[in-house]
Amino acid sequence: MSAGARSKKKLHFSKIYSFNCGRRRFNNDDDHSQIGGPGFSRVVYCNENGVSEVGNQNYADNYVRSTKYTPLTFIPKSLFEQFRRVANFFFLVTAILSFTDLAPYTAVSAVLPLIVVISASMVKEGIEDWQRKQQDHEVNNRKVKVHRGGGVFEPREWKKLRVGDVVKVEKDEFFPADLLLLSSCYEDAVCYVETMNLDGETNLKLKQSLDVTSTINEDSSFSNFKAGVKCEDPNASLYTFVGTMEFQGQQYALSPQQLLLRDSKLRNTDYIYGAVIFTGQDTKVIQNSTEAPSKRSGIERRMDSIIYFMFFIMFLMSFLGSIYFGIVTKKDLNGDQQKRWYLAPDRSDVYFDPNRAPVAALYHFLTGLLLYSYLIPISLYVSIEIVKVLQTIFINNDIHMYYEEADKPAHARTSNLTEELGQIDTILSDKTGTLTCNSMEFIKCSIAGTAYGRGVTEVERAMAKRMGSPLIVNGRDHYFDSDSSLSVKGYNFEDERITNGYWIHEQRSDVIQKFFRLLAICHTAIPDVDEETGKVTYEAESPDEAAFVIAARELGFEFYKRTQTTISFIELDPVSKKRVERTYELLNVLEFNSARKRMSVIVRDEDGKLLLLCKGADSVMFERLAKNGIEFEENTKKHVNQYADAGLRTLILAYRELTEDEYKAFNEKFTEAKNSVSADRDDLIDQATEGIEKDLILLGATAVEDKLQQGVPECIDKLAQAGIKIWVLTGDKMETAINIGFSCSLLREGMKQIIIILESPDIIAAEKAGDENVISKISKESVKKQILAGKAKVSASTSDPFALIIDGKSLAYALHDDIKNTFLELAVRCASVICCRSSPKQKALVTRLVKEGTRKTTLAIGDGANDVGMLQEADIGVGISGVEGMQAVMSSDIAIAQFRFLERLLLVHGHWCYRRISSMICYFFYKNIVFGTTIFLYEAYTSFSAQPAYNDWYMSLYNVFFTSLPAIALGVFDQDVSARFCLKFPLLYQEGVQNTLFRWRRIFGWMLNGVSSSIIIFFLCIRALNPESYRKNGKTAGMEAVGATMYTCVVWVVNCQMALAVSYFTLLQHIFIWGGIILWYIFLLGYGALPASISTTAYRVFVETLAPAPSFWFVTMFVSIAALVPYFSYKSVQMRFFPPYHGMIQWIRYEGNCDDPDYVNMVRQRSIRTTTVGFTARSIARDNNLYHLNLERHAPK
Amino acid sequence: MNANAPSSSSGGAGSPDVNAPRRNSKRPKYSRFTQQELPACKPILTPKWVISAFMLVTVVFIPIGLVSLFASRDVVEIVDRYDNACIPPGTKSQKVQHIQDARSNKTCVRSLTVTKRMKQPIYVYYQLDNYYQNHRRYVKSRSDQQLRNRGDENDTSSCDPENEANGMSIVPCGLIAWSLFNDTFSFSTRNNSQLNVNKREISWKSDRDEKFGSDVFPKNFQNGSLIGGGRLNESIPLSQQEDLIVWMRTAALPTFRKLYGKIEVDIEEGETINVVLENRYNTYSFSGKKKLVLSTTSWLGGKNNFIGIAYLSVGGLCFLLASTFTIIYLVKPRHLGDPTYLSWNRNPGGH
Repeated sequence: MSAGARSKKKLHFSKIYSFNCGRRRFNNDDDHSQIGGPGFSRVVYCNENGVSEVGNQNYADNYVRSTKYTPLTFIPKSLFEQFRRVANFFFLVTAILSFTDLAPYTAVSAVLPLIVVISASMVKEGIEDWQRKQQDHEVNNRKVKVHRGGGVFEPREWKKLRVGDVVKVEKDEFFPADLLLLSSCYEDAVCYVETMNLDGETNLKLKQSLDVTSTINEDSSFSNFKAGVKCEDPNASLYTFVGTMEFQGQQYALSPQQLLLRDSKLRNTDYIYGAVIFTGQDTKVIQNSTEAPSKRSGIERRMDSIIYFMFFIMFLMSFLGSIYFGIVTKKDLNGDQQKRWYLAPDRSDVYFDPNRAPVAALYHFLTGLLLYSYLIPISLYVSIEIVKVLQTIFINNDIHMYYEEADKPAHARTSNLTEELGQIDTILSDKTGTLTCNSMEFIKCSIAGTAYGRGVTEVERAMAKRMGSPLIVNGRDHYFDSDSSLSVKGYNFEDERITNGYWIHEQRSDVIQKFFRLLAICHTAIPDVDEETGKVTYEAESPDEAAFVIAARELGFEFYKRTQTTISFIELDPVSKKRVERTYELLNVLEFNSARKRMSVIVRDEDGKLLLLCKGADSVMFERLAKNGIEFEENTKKHVNQYADAGLRTLILAYRELTEDEYKAFNEKFTEAKNSVSADRDDLIDQATEGIEKDLILLGATAVEDKLQQGVPECIDKLAQAGIKIWVLTGDKMETAINIGFSCSLLREGMKQIIIILESPDIIAAEKAGDENVISKISKESVKKQILAGKAKVSASTSDPFALIIDGKSLAYALHDDIKNTFLELAVRCASVICCRSSPKQKALVTRLVKEGTRKTTLAIGDGANDVGMLQEADIGVGISGVEGMQAVMSSDIAIAQFRFLERLLLVHGHWCYRRISSMICYFFYKNIVFGTTIFLYEAYTSFSAQPAYNDWYMSLYNVFFTSLPAIALGVFDQDVSARFCLKFPLLYQEGVQNTLFRWRRIFGWMLNGVSSSIIIFFLCIRALNPESYRKNGKTAGMEAVGATMYTCVVWVVNCQMALAVSYFTLLQHIFIWGGIILWYIFLLGYGALPASISTTAYRVFVETLAPAPSFWFVTMFVSIAALVPYFSYKSVQMRFFPPYHGMIQWIRYEGNCDDPDYVNMVRQRSIRTTTVGFTARSIARDNNLYHLNLERHAPK
Repeated sequence: MNANAPSSSSGGAGSPDVNAPRRNSKRPKYSRFTQQELPACKPILTPKWVISAFMLVTVVFIPIGLVSLFASRDVVEIVDRYDNACIPPGTKSQKVQHIQDARSNKTCVRSLTVTKRMKQPIYVYYQLDNYYQNHRRYVKSRSDQQLRNRGDENDTSSCDPENEANGMSIVPCGLIAWSLFNDTFSFSTRNNSQLNVNKREISWKSDRDEKFGSDVFPKNFQNGSLIGGGRLNESIPLSQQEDLIVWMRTAALPTFRKLYGKIEVDIEEGETINVVLENRYNTYSFSGKKKLVLSTTSWLGGKNNFIGIAYLSVGGLCFLLASTFTIIYLVKPRHLGDPTYLSWNRNPGGH
């Protein structure tokens, strides 16, 4: 254990901090009286493992399972899943019916394809579940130290934990189960917990054990530890816990304050001891977990509609057929008169009985369904699944989406949404960690009215870019400076006037000294001194806080030690120019919260002077300055505004000297307030602090940059050019959000901002009065009014882009059912939408509003647990696999390492996947319609008796062998244009957003093509082969010859059609397309060579009857060509005269104009709708302004 | 992209660097396959390609069409419909009774004029119309097992309703066999010299060898209460009953021809052929036509202009398309990449 840690051990942090979640006494014993009753029946005997397990036995073990199946349930459950799909269920029914006399083909030929298809899907399910099992295995086999008995702790797997075990969890480890905190490395048995995985809050929470157990904080002291816990049953409520502990004969009440939840993390604490209360499925986090919503893509939903449509066609065909069949059958027997006597209608069974023609027709209807089931592509679902899995493999392996720094490639976690990526209409983005790095860098400061800091912010850079000149500072471009000496995290400050101790030469060095002292003292960070190097690192609640301490350290005010009552730092003495140690006595911490917007500490310096050091937001600080403390106010305000413009977070620093009396009065009041148990405790504290945080003397301001992630502005620009709308939903303050909006070009000057907030005087007054109903009524009215006013403004102006900025409070009202649609109407008409101060739930609600209100595809992107709701609600959730835990990634559909990869993910992969899947589905229906329609047409020539012309096995293998592989190849490999062009012409993406490739027109076009091909094939074939002899030896073509020829034509046509549809012909396409045709001939040969009892009508059909006949080959040739001429002509005309956007790009590439920048730009510009966000839009807006200015200037007077 | 990514890893200071770098361990391997950069041909329908494709089809199809037409033109075909003509005038209204009456005289004489010299072999066909040999009930009603193996004589379950008569299995069973065509034709020339009809090898060899057993003899055939079509000589094995074999290879369509035999002498132009036929087969009850067809063949088969015409039409169509495209391309050269047709330019809206 390090010295630092040991020194920490002595601290009573509970006294330093006054966290809201700090200890509270129970004043409601009602809950505790229920213990033992229903719902509160749990009894845990702590630390009796191995001694007596009575009572703890029947609780769940700590094995956590996220798999869908177990080996036992896999077969039934996954089969059930498969047959829940309508099409699959239909095929199951046909397979069962095929065992009856109804079937027009043999049962085995119907069952086999189904088995192939279903087992392929099941294998895929199985593999996916197996991967989940691996993950579970990893979690369940993590080790934790468990008390074995006799004071010895040994590592044991999580899954082997039992209720009642005593475990020792060390720093930065996750809790393996819900634990009762017994003691920690701190004397007062507090510990810090990061609950990000549970609720997404990044700040640390303080937990504290009961006093009675806090002393048991050595391994050895657990040898005799015994305690019994009675508590509530497992439930999902994260913030409640009711129980009692019996320890040494006494009862103690337990509260959530003692409960450590599974999946949260121990921070800033070396170790804790805890007793396991809830395990495995009983833990609150697992009880809380809802099943991830299963998402289906819009294309698949439409595909279902197509399938229903095909069902309808199929039923119709069958219905018409059976009516005709019934009539013809009835006519066969008229008394004694038999018409078609050769069918022996008088001796017929029920299926063909003329006397019971309606019944026969009914049975025939079923037979017809079995026969026309070939209209439904049985292999479609499984093909789509295969294709999507392969597509995700491509996404995962894209080297351009690999993030070198973190060693993270893209990871598509679900494979069923790839094509949605090509149809995104709106992106809803989190800010922190997604657009920004969530790393705060101290970059500028204003001290004593002088601005320091020469760092360049992202915003300044973006602005410079907008002005067309790269911003050069100190002779180099910062952004591209890789080996910067300023590699200190959280610190990007450079100014030779201050750094390296030069500050003492500045005019107001006294103020500078106070300024940095304040930074070194006024915080709640904890230092950690590395024994060997002497380097100090800090553990702070928030990154801003860390940035301040680090900045102070780097500038020579090195905070290195905190005790319970003192803060020590080393500073440069301006007089002796030596580094001296200073220790201040820490008296009070007045902590930060969002209402106060400031934090202060009260210290006594080495001279015994009492100081109140305060830092806070400008809105609250300037009004608290003393009359004599406003010396620098004007300059500081100016600087603060500049910093805010540059997208920086600012804080005002001020201090005040206190007299002993003042302090004494305050301290009494403050202590009393803190110790009060009444409901207005917080108010009392506020009052106490309010009284002392005034008359401050201004020192200056700090500016911290919330760094944008790499490439964010460029990416946003590209996405905007692609016509994708971007909304930012952030929990940050409005000012910060607006700053970020500017820095990533979502906002710009000239854009009219509609800001909806609730800060009008009457609302504030109502809030003061505190009547909830009145507040909500007034607020709602106000929000409504603002929205309507905004709408009026937007409607009035057609040319100007608008930006909508709304804060969380207003958003809560805007999302009410009666105004949310108005709000949405306003929002979609604004170029940018920024929602700030929004809660995780609001993020999800906004996402749902957009998704359901616009009926367009939405994508949510975020990195934190607070984005989980949004990610799950959106059509696609993209998680940033950054640092903020894995919660977002675990609930996302696709994880990428950086926001900028979104560009490639959407514009390239999304576009391709969308195109591939939609083309593939169209093609699938096309090929089955070609085939199914020939069957139907043939029926018309068999008086609808449901006799197919084809051999059973031709039919059943059609979908599986001869035509599926090329379709899969299309789905996996096809590219209309290469990745380079996808990115060069972002507007291509609109093909997906507007769904041009999968709209009904195109689907019906393909269907029509299928019907026309089929008609051509059928009539040309039968007319060419019948009734005359078709070969020299005079023999005529029987059913088997006509059937095989027609089938050959079908295989040729659908495969050649594929060849025409493909725009990216790799070797694989050749293999699959021509291979499919060759496979058919091989099959025909092989199958025909089998004994006649197996091959029946196909026996030697190719060798003996077809191949030697020139007419067979001639027919194949001209039928194939004739069936393709319509499509080919259509395509030629379209490509030449009405090219779709990808067609135009293909032309550009083909003609080699792609390297002619003018030409490309011309095409691009002419096809682009003006974008309103992104820096391109900025520069265009600027050009336009200049243009108009010039016009005015040159206008004749 | 520059490698100077802002160090985005880790929030506050002091958070542990959990995944200390095993650098590039998860970096996807580069291959042209995984990066989707496989070499590929990217065909695009340029005018040149479109016109060449159409012209190619034209160039290939027109000669084939012509050759086919010539082949078909050389074929001589005589078709004679006899179903109505062979009913005695008095019984015209009761055709069905006539044909079903076992005692009525069904012999009928037809004379055919040969318009063009017919070279041997001259194939003799009978053609039936409106006869659904492809009806599912009919197609199913046979037993391949029984036809092939003597031992499977009683395997008649699939032959319903024609599986047994008088308590014994029928060989060959089933409706197809039962309804065997039984009109017979004999031919003589004007000078009364008999034209022999060779009825051997009119069926497919595979049928004779594999599907119809040489040790399977007809048995109990047409012994039931209802007699369908022709009878079979019970002393000849099925593999030699070629009429039956031909008949049992069911036709694809309700209009079909089946080979009856071959006349293996040339017949000169202008010759008249006298046909003596026994009009026994009942097509009257379902108004089916019966035709007798004499035809020579070419390398392409019988007299069928369809393939030739189809080739010529498809070739011609393609030529037409090729020329249309050429004209359009010449008359209306369009600036490539003109985006005015894009849907989102036609109706602007949204952002």
